[in-house]
Amino acid sequence: MSSVPAMFERTTRYLELPLNLRSRVLLVIAAVLLGLIYLLPLWKMTMFAPQYPDGLRLSIYGYKLEGGNKGQDTKEINLLNHYIGMKDLTAEEFTEFKWIPFVVGAIALLCLRAAFIGKNSYLVDITVLYGYFAAFSLWSFGHKLYSYGHNLAPTAAVKVPGFMPPMFGYKKIANFEIYSYPSPASYTMAAAMVVLLIALAWNVRDARRLSMNELRERT
Amino acid sequence: MNQRKNYFVALAALAVLVTAGVLAGRCAPSAPKGRRATTGGSDLAIAAQAVYVPPGDLDTYYMFASGGHSGQVYVYGIPSMRHIGTIPVFTPYPATGYGFDDETKAMLGNLTWGDVHHPALSESNGDYDGRWLFVNEMGGRIARIDLRDFKVKQIFGPMANVSGNHASAFITPNSEYVFGASRFSIPVQKGTVAPIEQYATAYKGIITAVKIDKATGTMSQGFQILMPPFDFDLADAGKVASDGWVFFTCYNSERATGKLETTASQRDRDYVAAVNWRAAEAALAQGKGDLIGGVKVLDPKKVPGIVYLMPCGKSPHGVDVSPDGKYIIGSGKLQGVTTAFNFEKLQTAISAKNFTGDEDGIPVLKYEAIKDAEVPVGLGPLHTQFGPDGYAYTSLFVDSAIAKWKLGTWEVVDKIPMSYSIGHLSAAEGDTVSPDGKYLVGLNKLSHGRHLSTGPSQPESSQLVDIADEKMKLLMDAFTEPEPHYAQIIKADKIKSIEVYPKEENKNPLAIWDVKDAGISRQGGKALVKVVLVRSTITPTVIEVTQGETVTIALTNIEQTTDELHGFGLLDYNFNIVVDPGETKTVTFVANKAGVFPYYCTNFCSALHQEMQGYLIVKPKA
Repeated sequence: MSSVPAMFERTTRYLELPLNLRSRVLLVIAAVLLGLIYLLPLWKMTMFAPQYPDGLRLSIYGYKLEGGNKGQDTKEINLLNHYIGMKDLTAEEFTEFKWIPFVVGAIALLCLRAAFIGKNSYLVDITVLYGYFAAFSLWSFGHKLYSYGHNLAPTAAVKVPGFMPPMFGYKKIANFEIYSYPSPASYTMAAAMVVLLIALAWNVRDARRLSMNELRERT
Repeated sequence: MNQRKNYFVALAALAVLVTAGVLAGRCAPSAPKGRRATTGGSDLAIAAQAVYVPPGDLDTYYMFASGGHSGQVYVYGIPSMRHIGTIPVFTPYPATGYGFDDETKAMLGNLTWGDVHHPALSESNGDYDGRWLFVNEMGGRIARIDLRDFKVKQIFGPMANVSGNHASAFITPNSEYVFGASRFSIPVQKGTVAPIEQYATAYKGIITAVKIDKATGTMSQGFQILMPPFDFDLADAGKVASDGWVFFTCYNSERATGKLETTASQRDRDYVAAVNWRAAEAALAQGKGDLIGGVKVLDPKKVPGIVYLMPCGKSPHGVDVSPDGKYIIGSGKLQGVTTAFNFEKLQTAISAKNFTGDEDGIPVLKYEAIKDAEVPVGLGPLHTQFGPDGYAYTSLFVDSAIAKWKLGTWEVVDKIPMSYSIGHLSAAEGDTVSPDGKYLVGLNKLSHGRHLSTGPSQPESSQLVDIADEKMKLLMDAFTEPEPHYAQIIKADKIKSIEVYPKEENKNPLAIWDVKDAGISRQGGKALVKVVLVRSTITPTVIEVTQGETVTIALTNIEQTTDELHGFGLLDYNFNIVVDPGETKTVTFVANKAGVFPYYCTNFCSALHQEMQGYLIVKPKA
């Protein structure tokens, strides 16, 4: 540690500290919460029109699209969208379905790794990485909606100006009322973030109580 | 202390998130915000009174609905929406014996179905006169139903050159002509071939005018007009101010082939073809026109002044002329407005030659010069009907609603949801010079569970709407067999129908009125059996013929009492004839099966109906 510049010494030594027990438990909880993305939908969109009084439903998972009415709703949505020249909603179009499960799995594994052999630096890495991943995923989702609504085939039978489907809340588009809300997996993902931040906060607070000498002794 | 507080804050935050997550799983909306507004409901007390026709009382209007690909016409009473009867037109119908006796069999030819689209009640001075009902069929035929007895009297066609007679039957204000036009262009004349790559030039659309005899209603081929290969959709004849003209919508002005849902939806405007049929008549009188397929066909390139193209917003379906004939309403089904054209402006633009180009020599008028307004009715406008007070009603397929708007001010004043996806609509006498208002029927394409399930093959839904007041009110749902493309509603007292055929009017040479005259005779190796049907005997009760013999059975129902119909069903010979009181029908067949075959009265007539039977004995050939 002698080569560490004095101004970073405290931070560097803090990062080398082992995690406290409570944080390790929280990391396991975070891993479990992340794992729920394989079970629960992330987002739900519901579309009503006079002709569809029961609505057309679309559940977006981290790894698949699931249409309501045993998948029929996805087909119906694609069928309707083809009139305005929108691309089909298919699993192949969503590259997210390939990397989201992989990244979440990797982060969950990193959580477990930090829980067992962990140091504070692991926790910081995971929190930053996860925060970046979450932000990027949200942007990617928004971008996907935007490009679906704007990249309309110029040969479409019905020409509509490009539009942004709602990401959060309600929007009326042509004869459809569209509702879009996050679903349980988004909340468990957010909960995982909160859990990580709590663990981080606890460790920072513990570290602050230590004097420089105590820090040097422990690392 | 501080640590504990933080701990609780953290726990509380987690609890909130978990609760939110669980709730989110269950809170996808189960119904749209405006559910009450988007599915039709009605005020029970008002609606029930409005549609209730007590037992024994009669409805005030007839509605004649096209039966689409069932090939028939269905008759309803309005406001009860009761299905009163079925008029078989293009499809055999054993219930009335239609298509089984010699006369109706010959009328149908060898065709067993037709796709009925648009009924046209005969008109005098632009108003329904209750004499005849004309209906088209996609196969190029037009039938005339006599409303005196609700029977088909003539099936005209299949017409030469016309392929897919969709834009039909549309009648002129004094029933001079009933018009049709082709939805599917083909190389003319029929039977010639050109590769599909030459669609734009070698395929032709055809507008066809069928002449109606003023006294008898008999149809005969008038003239035809050679058109570019557009898909002609609907039409309406001009009236009052615009009498002498007829207007046809057409889509696929792209002249595209293949996947039409895309290729024929590229242009922002297609056309309404305005045809000056009086000018066409004059041209014919001067000997113009070429004989194609045996019909005088006018080519607008050679005979200018008979057709003009009015650009109309995207893929128009309905074109409807206002009661005063001043406005022509074109509804582009792929847009959110319906276009009101001004007939006077149309005339001015024509005389000023305000054209932007031409299509195969047919001048295209300048849109801005002939349009009065684009009325923002809503999505997917299809078809417009009129009320007595200057209001127009436009059906909106995509919005699944009807918009009520005012002619002249072009203001949309009311909308009512339809369940679901309305196609055409029909207001009481709503396409004449004097619409009645009061009622309107929305002819919907989807019924989506607004009825007890009948399995996957679902009925269409027709909804009765009260249009007497400022706000439209949904009165009732009724369900119809496929497929009411269009219907017309006529005041009941305009139709003077008979209930029995008077004996003295029966001019059939094979009719007999006394059981003593019944029996079999032979002429030129053919058997002729004269039969009397009267409660409760079929005379003769035994008919003996030899195997292989051609047998004609002439059935006369000598009853003169209302509702005393008799049937003649012959087992194993696959026919059932139903004879109305005072009517004579014949059926001819070859007795090729030996044996004993019972015949019996199929239409329940009396307490001893079960006894009304006999035997056809076909003796084997020696």
